Amino acid sequence: MDIRAQVSMVFHLDKCIGCHTCSVACKNIWTDREGVEYQWWNNVETKPGTGYPTLWENQEEYKGGWEVEDDRLQLKLQSKIGTLGNIFYNRRLPTINDYYEPWTYDYEHLFNAPEGDDQPTARPVSLITGEFMEIESGPNWDDDLGGSPVYASNDPNVAPLTDEERAQLNEIQRVVFFYLPRICNHCINPGCVAACPAGAAYKRGEDGIVLVNQDKCRAWRMCISGCPYKKVYYNWSTGKSEKCVLCFPRLESGQAPACFHSCVGRIRYLGVLLYDADRIEEVASSPAADLVEAQRGIIQDPFDPDVIAAAKANGVPDGMLEAAKHSPVYKFVKEWELALPLHPDFRTVPMLYYVPPMLPVLAKMKDGKYDVAGAETEGLKPLLTSLEHARVPLRYMAELFSAGNEEVVTEVYRKLIAVRVYKRAETVGDLSQEEAQEALDVGNLTAEEAEAIFRLTALPSFEERFVVPPLAREVAIEQIGSPYDRKREGGFGSRTAPERRW
Amino acid sequence: MLDDVLFVAFPYLAFITAVWVGVYRFRNDRFSYSSQSSQFLENRMLSWGSAPWHYAILTILMAHLVALVVPSIWASVISAPIRLYTLEVTGLSLALMATFALCVLVYRRLTTHRVRTVTTPADWLLFSLLLAQVVLGFWVSLFFRWGADWYLHTTVPWIGSLVKFQPDTATVTTLPWVVKFHILGGFAIIAVFPFTRLVHAVIWPITYLWRPHQVVIWNRKRTGTERKAPR
Repeated sequence: MDIRAQVSMVFHLDKCIGCHTCSVACKNIWTDREGVEYQWWNNVETKPGTGYPTLWENQEEYKGGWEVEDDRLQLKLQSKIGTLGNIFYNRRLPTINDYYEPWTYDYEHLFNAPEGDDQPTARPVSLITGEFMEIESGPNWDDDLGGSPVYASNDPNVAPLTDEERAQLNEIQRVVFFYLPRICNHCINPGCVAACPAGAAYKRGEDGIVLVNQDKCRAWRMCISGCPYKKVYYNWSTGKSEKCVLCFPRLESGQAPACFHSCVGRIRYLGVLLYDADRIEEVASSPAADLVEAQRGIIQDPFDPDVIAAAKANGVPDGMLEAAKHSPVYKFVKEWELALPLHPDFRTVPMLYYVPPMLPVLAKMKDGKYDVAGAETEGLKPLLTSLEHARVPLRYMAELFSAGNEEVVTEVYRKLIAVRVYKRAETVGDLSQEEAQEALDVGNLTAEEAEAIFRLTALPSFEERFVVPPLAREVAIEQIGSPYDRKREGGFGSRTAPERRW
Repeated sequence: MLDDVLFVAFPYLAFITAVWVGVYRFRNDRFSYSSQSSQFLENRMLSWGSAPWHYAILTILMAHLVALVVPSIWASVISAPIRLYTLEVTGLSLALMATFALCVLVYRRLTTHRVRTVTTPADWLLFSLLLAQVVLGFWVSLFFRWGADWYLHTTVPWIGSLVKFQPDTATVTTLPWVVKFHILGGFAIIAVFPFTRLVHAVIWPITYLWRPHQVVIWNRKRTGTERKAPR
């Protein structure tokens, strides 16, 4: 056993209201500079939809992530020799057009325009070339339009759906969509790290945060293709790749990352997971249907004495082990098995998990009423059978969160519904105890578990949501420079300006 | 006197500059060691420029270096006429390919506004030197036939004499000026190399081939029982 600690995340999609506060918090801190204007280390996309960059999930095109070929786990992009051969031109690289061309407006013209018959306008100006431009795409271009056939039908996850399911999803005027906030998954088998020929992308051993060393990055740009989530971005000005750093300077001083801290819906949870690094390759090579189960299996019980002993032998500090015991992520992912990885089929073993959204669960509106009649099947009450009538097909959710295994997603939804039915019986009182018990049985939950899930979902305190482990900043800073040089200076990162000088 | 300046002082100076500034820049401004790829801003024209350019120019450069380092092997290779012909024709077509590809790259920089915004004066200096160099090289291979052979008896002994710190310019001073310019152009490129994005040529990441796929870095070198990162 090679036990390592990983700062991991859970996003509870049922609580996401799509306000983009997280994206703005991140942008203000990290990507408000030349060369990275187009980068959204945190972005919220509307699903079903094509996402950002457009169609990032289409790995036939982008070749991100891993695949199992000849019983071996290898990068979908290319072999190592292929990397050196394709280094002069990477044909799998998305260009700025796949994101959008960043712009500002010529506001000055509003003040300086000569007197005339028309009201002066502020025309859009490209932030790259400084010339006037036509805006053809922008951040969240398909925001809230996800259900419309234009964007939704181009979603790669819609492809395996039947015509009927598609019609259900795209029913005009009753569009159904949900929000998918995305940051770097800080995978334990990261494609970006594996694809970087310069060794600039790396995973921090102590906490598993994936970073790009700006001094080592040589703009070979393979990381962008290697990451199936397209969460490594190219700074076109400095010629360096940049990515979400999970606000490690904030974490190191005990604060939650900015996007977590600012989340209005309080959908985000942060905590430590312990995993067995010896089994990474085995887990990532599992058959598609078993990927979620395998990924749950690699996560170790922080209360198990053997695990603790192995972790200690591995140099995992006591503070980290203590944090792992209180980790909300462990509860959601392992204990309750509610949170699922996004696209486990990319085989990077992502460490950001999602509790899938319930969505409009029942059939249709009829004469202005929510028509639940006729939804009863198999002798179950309407609320429990709502899954089969969900407006977003389970198959779609399975494409997103369980590599196509509908059973895994169904189990999660049964639990989520059970918690709702149980709490409704308790607080509203319009359901009988038997009904509540039936729901718990179907969801395979105890009343205590349902109560705990409810509490951590609906009423968690700040400290319960973010269990930030002590990250030993005093040691971490040695990576960047001599702590003695830093004494009384503070600050982190490169002390020369990140810009082109030669 | 001029010959001594051009073919003794200048090559030494160029080489010293390249090493000195190159090392200084690597030690003090490693951030700037980058290929500064602009593929992200313009993709289509680059595919016609970048890959052919690099493959052609690297092969040509390799041929120059092999003949320089192991002249005896090179001599035995070209001893049979058919092999000499093949080499000459290959060299000529590669030179043509490099010239064409470089023209595409220059055209791309001139016409694509997005790419022009990330182009510096140093880039233009480098482009002009490279363009002059490949055109001269093409010219030489076209009008001064059998360069694969006479190169061995002119440039190679001269550079050998420079390496041995016993400069002897006799074999190069009698060359035609076109060839002389090609030689000087080569050293000019060596001289400007550390000031430009050309530094990416010396950091081609060959170590990737034997490195494990995953890179895990610990704050401090760990001691004791812990294991290595998985492949």
